[in-house]
Amino acid sequence: MEDFLPTTLSKFGSVFSAIAIFTVVLGTIFFIAGKFNGKKSKYIAIAVFVSPALILLSAGLVIPAVRTVMFSFMDADSLNFIGFDNYTWMFKDPNVAIIMRNTILWLLVTPLFTTALGLLLAVMLDRIKRESIPKSLLFMPMAISFVGASIIWKFVYEFREGDVQIGLLNAIWTFFGGEPVNWMLSKPINTFLLMIILVWTQMGFAMVILSAAIKAVPADVVEASALDGAYGFKLFRNITFPMVKTTVIVVLATQVVGALKLFDIVRTMTGGNFGTNVLANEMYSQVFVQFDQGKGSALAVVLFICVTPILIYNIRSIRRERAH
Amino acid sequence: MKKSTRVVFGALAVSLVASVVASVSPASAAVNCDPYTGYKSMKGKTVTIFTSILEPELTTLQTATKDFQTCTGVKIKIEGSNQFEALLPVRVKGGNAPDLAWIPQPGLLVKMVATGKVVPAPKAVVANIKKYWSASWADLGTVNKKIYAAPFGSNMKSLVWYSPKQFAKNGYTVPKTWAEMEALSDKMAANGQIAWCGGLGSGGATGWPGTDWVEQMVLREYGAQVYADWVSHKVKFSDPKIQAAMKKVADWMQNPKWVGNVKGIATTTFQDAGKGIPTGKCNMLQQASFYGNILADEGATISEKGDVFAFYLPATNSKVTVPVVGGGEFTAAFSSRPEVQQVQAYLSSATFATSRVQLDNWVSANSGVPLAAYKNPIDRLAATYLSNPKSTFAFDASDLMPAAVGAGAEWKEFTAWFGEGKSIAEVTKAIDAAWPAS
Repeated sequence: MEDFLPTTLSKFGSVFSAIAIFTVVLGTIFFIAGKFNGKKSKYIAIAVFVSPALILLSAGLVIPAVRTVMFSFMDADSLNFIGFDNYTWMFKDPNVAIIMRNTILWLLVTPLFTTALGLLLAVMLDRIKRESIPKSLLFMPMAISFVGASIIWKFVYEFREGDVQIGLLNAIWTFFGGEPVNWMLSKPINTFLLMIILVWTQMGFAMVILSAAIKAVPADVVEASALDGAYGFKLFRNITFPMVKTTVIVVLATQVVGALKLFDIVRTMTGGNFGTNVLANEMYSQVFVQFDQGKGSALAVVLFICVTPILIYNIRSIRRERAH
Repeated sequence: MKKSTRVVFGALAVSLVASVVASVSPASAAVNCDPYTGYKSMKGKTVTIFTSILEPELTTLQTATKDFQTCTGVKIKIEGSNQFEALLPVRVKGGNAPDLAWIPQPGLLVKMVATGKVVPAPKAVVANIKKYWSASWADLGTVNKKIYAAPFGSNMKSLVWYSPKQFAKNGYTVPKTWAEMEALSDKMAANGQIAWCGGLGSGGATGWPGTDWVEQMVLREYGAQVYADWVSHKVKFSDPKIQAAMKKVADWMQNPKWVGNVKGIATTTFQDAGKGIPTGKCNMLQQASFYGNILADEGATISEKGDVFAFYLPATNSKVTVPVVGGGEFTAAFSSRPEVQQVQAYLSSATFATSRVQLDNWVSANSGVPLAAYKNPIDRLAATYLSNPKSTFAFDASDLMPAAVGAGAEWKEFTAWFGEGKSIAEVTKAIDAAWPAS
């Protein structure tokens, strides 16, 4: 305890001296940059303002990315190069085959369901009375962390051996005459039950974004098409949907990226057991539990390669939108 | 300096001195320095210890060593970190080694000795180890036939949790042998009860309790040498011996007569597994000594006649005496300064261990600690077996194996063994395949 004051003071001291050094360095650079006049000054100004961003970007993004790629060709402790061994391991290990299958399933199923449900809700809740109340309620799961949501759903899927069933799903199931089921062990339905959790948390997010897009559809367009006899589904298919299409694609793309990165739900619910493992969970487990940086990095590279086309498509469609 | 400020400073100094004197004098009056007369004065010297132990235990350690520090004048500075195992090699390599470190696993000790920075145990420590610890404990602190480290704290995994109240109600007695335990399980089954609780669930670490069960059986059936060879992969998982031990685990924890739903064990969390013990929903659970804390949090009283207590998991093979699977820390020194060696000797003494166990949960395998000194009855039970000179102690194997196996394949495959009915042959083949090549 007697060390508390001096250590705290010295910590504050180092924080303040760091800030002071930072200010001095920046001040000096700005001062020197200010000394230049004429044509040169423009380039120097650009260099002064852009370089911090470039330095931070390379330190935080570029260098780690390059290192990850390097590590993926090295052994567990990142000491020796071992060629493509980490990549061939991926094709040989039967567990990785299951992981890849599950990841693809997550990629296909969750973004589609999340976006479709979000769109449906956005359309249905548009311009009803007290719209904000159901919307806030639907958006709320988004505020819960994946781990928190998983724990909630763990109770829903709970199975008790030879005991009173406390799980909601088993309660419903037995009400309709079924025998209690240990859901987390039931392949392949367990993976889909895990997907429901992601859809539940993300649906509100999709709804809010899409709802904003629907509200941005000009009222005169809607009125004009109403005069031309477009109501209900026809109006949605021919007017609303084409006008919010870009937003739908953005939402889909974020969901795809989210589904690729997903690991919290799987980790909390099954720990990746019972054939439910996904890429991101295996990556985490390899690096931080089994301390194999090589295999973990190789999985990260694969993950990165999978995300890239979606990101490119996403950026392109945003650009196209702007060009209009 | 102006006069007025000088006065203020003077007053401050006086009050500071007064408060220091006030806080020290009553303590020093009560200190009995007799146990420490063998130690030379180390006034003004500081010894640093680096450890994976965290608060509040660090404060307890300071309390336990307070008299020693007061009487010898040495200051023991303990620094705990949850990144200990990653940081210690970095600090040692970087020339910033602590004086002492409590290393929580023998594998790391071997690695540290290989750096050449670990100082062999001084004579006083060697004498303490020979006097107070069983041979299997002494071996764990020995590298290349040289004794480096004395054991520090320890814990025991070879326990079975049960409810003394339920046992009394049903007329069950605590089994002393494996055969008695099997007979008791059959009796419970005949009474329509579930004999064994079990749970492998532990989030990302799901499966680890299964590794404990297999470790118990390998040690019980074949003894320390096969166990050590199994850890080093000289004996593979697919070896008939290990497969036979796993078969024996299956006859026990996958016996549908005794456990109810076998597959349910894979999805039950280890924390929930034992919750039925006080009410007799299930009767016995093989878990480590720390499990008492989980049951106590549920409101169960832990004592020989209370809601829950534990008994020693019986041996299966008479050739392996008092098999105990567990864990512990080892005190390694990175400096040969006289004060460091004195503190090292003190930490390996029965005096220290006794003053530590009197405070709260802590077990030492030091046989010089009177069992009556233990505050906690489970700790006392664990110490009975850990400090037994005949005990065959083995360190938790999954902690010693490469992480790809001990924290990877073993967890996954044992979970599939219970949850998906994967065969022992397939499970062992997959674990062997995951063993790193080098």
